[in-house]
Amino acid sequence: MYGAFDYQVIVRAAPLLWQGMELTLLLTFLAVLGGIVFGTLLALMRLSKYRPLSFFAGSYVNFFRSLPLILVIFWFYLLVPKLLGRPIGGFYSVLIAFVLFEAAYYCEIIRAGIQSITRGQIYAGMAIGLTYGQTMRYIVLPQAFRNMVPVLLTQAIILFQDTSLVYVVGLKDFLTTTEIIATRDHRVVELFLFAAAVYLVLCVVGSTVVRKLQRKYAL
Amino acid sequence: MSYNWNWGVLLQDPYFGWVWSGLGWTCAVAVAAWVIAFALGSVIGVLRTLPNPTARAIGAGYVELFRNIPLLMQMFLWYFVVPELLPRDVGFYVKKQMPLPEYWTAVVCLGLYTSARVAEQVRSGINAIRQGQRYAALALGLTPVQVYRYVLVPVSYRIIIPPLTSEFLGVFKNSSLALTIGVLELTAQARQIEEYTFQGFEAFTAATVLYCVITAIVMGLMQVVESNSRIPGMISLGAK
Repeated sequence: MYGAFDYQVIVRAAPLLWQGMELTLLLTFLAVLGGIVFGTLLALMRLSKYRPLSFFAGSYVNFFRSLPLILVIFWFYLLVPKLLGRPIGGFYSVLIAFVLFEAAYYCEIIRAGIQSITRGQIYAGMAIGLTYGQTMRYIVLPQAFRNMVPVLLTQAIILFQDTSLVYVVGLKDFLTTTEIIATRDHRVVELFLFAAAVYLVLCVVGSTVVRKLQRKYAL
Repeated sequence: MSYNWNWGVLLQDPYFGWVWSGLGWTCAVAVAAWVIAFALGSVIGVLRTLPNPTARAIGAGYVELFRNIPLLMQMFLWYFVVPELLPRDVGFYVKKQMPLPEYWTAVVCLGLYTSARVAEQVRSGINAIRQGQRYAALALGLTPVQVYRYVLVPVSYRIIIPPLTSEFLGVFKNSSLALTIGVLELTAQARQIEEYTFQGFEAFTAATVLYCVITAIVMGLMQVVESNSRIPGMISLGAK
C-alpha cells in the first residue's frame, strides 16, 4: 500500500463516481422495466395452451438461463451494430442484452406468481362471463403481481449488481469509473473498498426494504 | 448485413486449441470453486441454524457480506486490494511468487461468493426438516455434533438437490467473470478469437453451444444424483 488510507482521493473522485452511479441506476431501471414487460409476455406465452407459443417461451428461458451474462453482453455488443449497419454506442447494445437476458429470469418469477393464484379464481372469472384476457387482466395478474413484488424487487437488486458487468465493454458505470480512477491515481485500495462499501450499503438497505414490504403486502 | 462467414476458423490451428483450453479453464475454475463453496457453504449454513446467537450472527453477516457486493467487485477486491492489505511478505508471495495467481484468485473469489448462496440453501434444507428428527436423534443419545453429522446435514442435502443444481450451474456461468482478471476461460478465448480473426459470430456461437452443453451435462448428472438420493415420500422443499 502506498502510505496510509487517503480519504481525499474519494472526495476528489466523488463527482465522477456519481456520474457513474447515475448510469448504473439508469441502466438498472430501464433493464428492470424492460425485463418485467418482456418477462410478463414470455410468462403468458409459457402458460398458453398453444403448444408452439409455450414451447418457444420455454426454450427461450432455458437457453438464456444456461448462458453467462458476460457472453450475452459480448454477443449484443458485437451483433447489434452489425445488424443495424451502424454503431449505436455501447449503452443501447448493453441495454438490449440486459432486457433479453433478465426477461428469462423475470418470466420464471412471473410464471410462478401466476401459478400461485388458485384455479378457482380463473374459473370464477370465466363463470361471470369474462374472457380469458379479461380474467388475466382484472383478476389473475393484479393478485399475482402483488404476491410477486418482493421477488421482483430482489431480482432488481441482483440486476443492480449485475450491471457492473458492463465493465467488460468499457461502459462507464459506477464500477468502471471507480476502476478507471483507481488505476489513474494509483489508489486501488481506497477506491475499491469505497465502491464495495457503496454497493454493500445500497443492497443491504434495498433487501431490508423488500423484507418490510413483504410483511406488509403479502396476501 | 455484410459478414464473411467462415466456420472453418474454429477448426484451424491455433483457434481450435484456444476453444478447448478455454473450456478446460472454465471447468477448472468452476469445479475448484464449487469444492470451496460446498464445504464452506455447509459450515456457514449449519452456523445459521445453531441455537447460539453469536454463531447465527456470524453466519448471517457472512451471507449478507458476500451476497450484497457484485461478484465483479469482489473479483477486483481479491485481485487488487487484498494483496495490498496482507502483511508485506505474504502480499509479495501472492503477487509475485504464487503459481497461477489469476486462477487461484478467481477460484477463491468465486468459491466464497457461491458459498454464501450454498449456505442459504443448506439452512433452508435444515429448517425444512421436522423438529421431531432432531429430538429423536438427541433422544437416541447422539451429541449435538452427531445430530448434525448423521441426521440433519445429510437429510438437508437430499432435500436441496434442485436448488444446489442451479447454484452449481451458476458457478460455471459465473466463472466467465474470471476473464476480467486475465484467466483465459471460454468466453475470453471466444473474445480473443474475435479480436484475431474478426470471426466473432463463429467464436461466440462455439462458446454459446459449449455453455449449453455444460448445462445439459450438469443437469443430467444432477438428475441421476437426485433420483438416487431423493427421500421417498418427500417433495423437494428447497426454493428454486
